[in-house]
Amino acid sequence: MNIHEYQARELLQRFGVATTRGKVASTPEEAERIAREIAPSEIVVKAQIHAGGRGKGSFTNGFKGGVHICHTPEEAREIACKMLGQTLVTHQTGPAGRVVNKVLVAESAQIGREIYFAVLVDRPTAAPLVVASTEGGVEIETVAARSPEKIIRESIDPLAGLQPFQTRKLAKHLNFESSQLKAASKLFDGLYRTFIGLDCSMVEVNPLVVTTSGDVLALDAKFNFDDNALYRYPDVAAMRDTAEEDPREVEASKHGLNYIGLNGNIACLVNGAGLAMATMDIIKYYGGKPANFLDVGGSATEEQVTEAFKILVADKRVEAILVNIFGGIARCDVIAQGIINAANTVKLSVPLVVRLEGTKVEEGRKLLKESGLALITASDLADAAEKAVKAAGSKSSAGSPS
Amino acid sequence: MSVLVDKNTRLLVQGITGSAGAFHARQCMEYGTNVVAGVTPGKGGQKFDGKVPVFDTVAEARAQTGCNVSMIFVPAAGAADSILEAVDAGVELVVCITEGIPVMDMMRVKAQMRGKSSRLIGPNCPGIITPGACKIGIMPGYIHKPGGVGVISRSGTLTYEAVWQLTSRGLGQSTCIGIGGDPINGMSHLDAVKLFNDDSGTEAMILIGEIGGSAEEEAADWIRDNCEKPVTAFIAGLTAPPGRRMGHAGAIVSGGKGTAAGKIEALKAAGIAIAPTPAAMADTLIAQMKGES
Repeated sequence: MNIHEYQARELLQRFGVATTRGKVASTPEEAERIAREIAPSEIVVKAQIHAGGRGKGSFTNGFKGGVHICHTPEEAREIACKMLGQTLVTHQTGPAGRVVNKVLVAESAQIGREIYFAVLVDRPTAAPLVVASTEGGVEIETVAARSPEKIIRESIDPLAGLQPFQTRKLAKHLNFESSQLKAASKLFDGLYRTFIGLDCSMVEVNPLVVTTSGDVLALDAKFNFDDNALYRYPDVAAMRDTAEEDPREVEASKHGLNYIGLNGNIACLVNGAGLAMATMDIIKYYGGKPANFLDVGGSATEEQVTEAFKILVADKRVEAILVNIFGGIARCDVIAQGIINAANTVKLSVPLVVRLEGTKVEEGRKLLKESGLALITASDLADAAEKAVKAAGSKSSAGSPS
Repeated sequence: MSVLVDKNTRLLVQGITGSAGAFHARQCMEYGTNVVAGVTPGKGGQKFDGKVPVFDTVAEARAQTGCNVSMIFVPAAGAADSILEAVDAGVELVVCITEGIPVMDMMRVKAQMRGKSSRLIGPNCPGIITPGACKIGIMPGYIHKPGGVGVISRSGTLTYEAVWQLTSRGLGQSTCIGIGGDPINGMSHLDAVKLFNDDSGTEAMILIGEIGGSAEEEAADWIRDNCEKPVTAFIAGLTAPPGRRMGHAGAIVSGGKGTAAGKIEALKAAGIAIAPTPAAMADTLIAQMKGES
């Protein structure tokens, strides 16, 4: 799950992390009022979408840039007016862009220097790790490639937590002056408490800035949450903005399906995450392109399989469907009945390749056979992938509507 | 021969009265696993299916039945606590099937297990099976066959795929270990490889990995210098888009690290045969055992 910049600021403020003053606006009038409340000489207005590259993006109405500096509240209103309700296209959104429903209106920080600071779950040590660098404002991967010696790492004992001496050590490594030590330590501690307090897998602040007047602020933050822990934070879960997500994924999540949309033409329905990934791989190996990742899980019901099928069929890119089930906990007869139910409610306009193996496989195969559904059966995984690729290819060469 | 579990295993099931726990406890018993105790707090004194004694705590179950391995079906919110309870009671091997345990919980579990002698398999895993002797977990028993191939995997259904391919070609398995798909888990690929390398009943290994982390690379490093048995590997996720979590919490490519291509390179460099597709795992191993690759 991703959240908006204004929501990230809200979460940081909850844990006492210093940020610039600002608020989110949904109307130009609101933007003007917030700008008047803050009232410094420079105000920044930022379009709120889940994609990077906003500053360099442009709106489909011709307006350039999703981030603007303004000098008066009236100007903030005018800029907000040009952004709100409009579609912003950046290098991360794809050509369709995203509609801007909210703008962040905040004081513009007078940046003295920029720092990178992140807390993340380090898999090899099974402990939280702080990764920081004096080279802020650029991607950490770039720093890692160009000057790896400028990256500082500090491992944290998961039972003891981040210790005050560690925050001071980090501050010194990051070239903070003695007079700024307290503010920096407080900020680092707040970020660590945010990370732990919301079960994050990563909190990344880039940049963390020292202003020309010596204040230490978190300017922009990116959160990665642990989906398995979100049940503990209903208020964070409520920050989800489904308008920013692939509609196929939103529909799938309503039915408890594990689905990720891709750009290929062969849809797959698989049980188990590893097998689902491997099925995508084998489609590619035989020259096809997967349209999605879909794990219906071990305890899939007929209804879930039916809903999953509807999502696959509704995808206009799909030219063939591959069902690959190795029944362990999942039962082949349940999957088969789900497919039959789906075929009865939605018109199956593309070839369907089915490979069933494992628990209740005979019952499943019998159900499919007796249903009279036009489908291609496969003897094993390789056979299934080859047949699906061939079926998709013949469909597109026949010029069928896609 | 086998590793970790066999005919002598005395199994405890934590969460034995829940629907999943009860169903799979029965499946394991049908397979021939010796289930000696169950734990469900508040239901101590009951008998599961009229024969397996249920206790309130693991400590009591251990003291009274001598159970040495535990299988956990406790829901995610309480599973970390259940692991620690089993470790505290001195259970030698803890197999946690539960999916969806928060990463922070597992981080604390790992830290508290340091210096303890208990081993952990999982969480979010199918379990462990020594064909014909002992099944602990949710895998379909009938696809397995006793034999000499050790199987190690982060994915459940992909393990079944490998096992089925082996069995269909007449090759049995010594033990199959599903280490689980979470970013922080108990036993690693490397831990399992070492056990199989020392096991006289294991002639070869299939190692199944996926995108995310660096556990496969660590196993590869050790195999290159120490392992004398043929190892075939398959890595899932060549087509996975970066930054997306592919079902398993641990299956994510982040910052260009943990890619399938990178893992395959490392494994190849260690002399491990790579199955080009998930359908070719058994055939690749057979060719390697014959010295054809």
